[in-house]
Amino acid sequence: MPVMMPRLKTTSWMDLPTRAAAGWVLLMVVAALVAAHIAPYDITAIDLRHRLAPPVGFGGTMLHILGTDDLGRDVASRLIYSIRTSLLVAFGATAISVFVGTAIGFTAAYFGRLVEHVLLLMIDVQASLPFLIVALAMLAFLGNSLPLFVTLMGLYGWERNARLARGLAIAAGAQGYASATRQLGAHPLRVYVRHILPNSVATLLVAATVTFPEIVLVESGLSFLGLGVQPPMSSLGVMVAAGREYITRAPWMLLAPSLVIVLTAVAVSVLGDWLRDQLDPTLK
Amino acid sequence: MTLLRLESVSRRFPVGSSILGSRKYLAAVDGVSLNVEAGQTTGIVGESGCGKSTTGRIALGLDSPDSGRVLFQGSLLPRIGSKEWRSQRRQMQLVFQDTLGALDRRMTVDALIAEPLEIHAVGDAASRRQRVWELLQAVGLGDDQHMLYPHQLSGGQRQRVVLARALAPKPSLLVCDEPVSALDVSVQAQIINLLVDLQRELGLGILFISHDLRIVRHVSDRIVVMYLGRVVEQGRADVIIDHPAHPYTQALVSAMPRLPGGFDQYVPLSGEPPSATDRPSGCPFNSRCPVAQDICRQSLPELLPLDSKREVACHRVRDR
Repeated sequence: MPVMMPRLKTTSWMDLPTRAAAGWVLLMVVAALVAAHIAPYDITAIDLRHRLAPPVGFGGTMLHILGTDDLGRDVASRLIYSIRTSLLVAFGATAISVFVGTAIGFTAAYFGRLVEHVLLLMIDVQASLPFLIVALAMLAFLGNSLPLFVTLMGLYGWERNARLARGLAIAAGAQGYASATRQLGAHPLRVYVRHILPNSVATLLVAATVTFPEIVLVESGLSFLGLGVQPPMSSLGVMVAAGREYITRAPWMLLAPSLVIVLTAVAVSVLGDWLRDQLDPTLK
Repeated sequence: MTLLRLESVSRRFPVGSSILGSRKYLAAVDGVSLNVEAGQTTGIVGESGCGKSTTGRIALGLDSPDSGRVLFQGSLLPRIGSKEWRSQRRQMQLVFQDTLGALDRRMTVDALIAEPLEIHAVGDAASRRQRVWELLQAVGLGDDQHMLYPHQLSGGQRQRVVLARALAPKPSLLVCDEPVSALDVSVQAQIINLLVDLQRELGLGILFISHDLRIVRHVSDRIVVMYLGRVVEQGRADVIIDHPAHPYTQALVSAMPRLPGGFDQYVPLSGEPPSATDRPSGCPFNSRCPVAQDICRQSLPELLPLDSKREVACHRVRDR
């Protein structure tokens, strides 16, 4: 009998970038959860005497750590609340997008024939429509509220996830284990839920980590156009939009939210890679 | 008792586009009849593409024949995918060649073996654990292997897992599709002996598909020789191997290495088997047959009894 492979156990279960990424995401989540307690000011509190005050280290005072905006509102406080809104929208929408996409993709792969053709047609239609235009139209017709906005954002990227999920399901079906389980007498639902889904999770998760930052950016874009998150609520996109006009005089207004967007996007995708490796027993 | 009976089963697959050009059909299986008796083994031999695996899939009810009937314990197989079909899977199981593909790589050995029991709701959790344990013992897997993943096992160990999984629901029919072709020779012998022992113990009927005549002879009570989707000769294993009557079987048997002396009276076959989409008229073997005559090119020979122990499909068999 050939030599048994010893079961390798990785000693350090997270490398440095992963730890940093996990730390950052954790920080964002905590900030979002306890926003009301840690924000020094209310997001609408105006301090007209300190309009466009620079952050600490750039000539600012401890009164406004990250400076203030054109109306004298505290950037740090607005940032914390914006993180809350943006994370809610991005996580909620990503979850919807992946869930809807996977469900549609698996349905197409399972039923095949006419159902698959119709679903593929829907996917192609969605893929050929610019999402921003669709979102604008829907927001214009349906008005704006946060739940609606999250749902709408959830439609972003579903067609990509659906295509991916369909491909994964078809590939899994062509491989032995799905047909092997089917021939054991398993209900198709069991084959999908217990075998094909767990084997697809890693890939879908990576796709989700790609969708996540994109949704943050689309949300920013829509908010920038005034159709996203509505005042008095604030989001990272709203802040970037507001900061644009003052980019030369008060770059911190734009840089603070931008930095959060970039770091969160990178951190989520690093974490996604790590999670994918963790979920693959052959890489352990 | 006849466990499984195939009655002139045919299956063809469409090839090519139905829009552009003419659609051809590949006759994978053409009028095959065979029996598997309870507690005995029927072996199917033939070269790649002769329809062995398709016959196996039809016998298992994983594919339905275009014509002909499949009877399991005297009754027709239910419609594929139906509830009856699913519950009947308990009785008939498949042993695969590609064990790495057939096992979900995210599941441990004991979860894999317990799965058929869960699917058919056999017993409670404790009795399932007990059964998994018995099966591990039965197929010769050690105590330290039950928590491993498929990729951590060797090919032979994986084949044991596949076997345990197939045996878990206590089937009465096992279809083994090239179960040892991917293994090296010493491991092949272990698995084959295990299979033979288990059959004796459990009274399984086995349909054993292989291109390896040595192994088929070792395990089978009856042998069915297939060529291009048709049965050319079938009968008792020892008779077929020791006194092959059909020229194709003779060529196959002559290609078996023997001790001592290697190949004696090796009959080389010229050329490739014809395409199954474009079969020759008359006997499918006529293009490669050393004794073919005009009649072989004109009419298809029927499978007729040669003596009490076998049937042969050859026009020339009585001439020689």
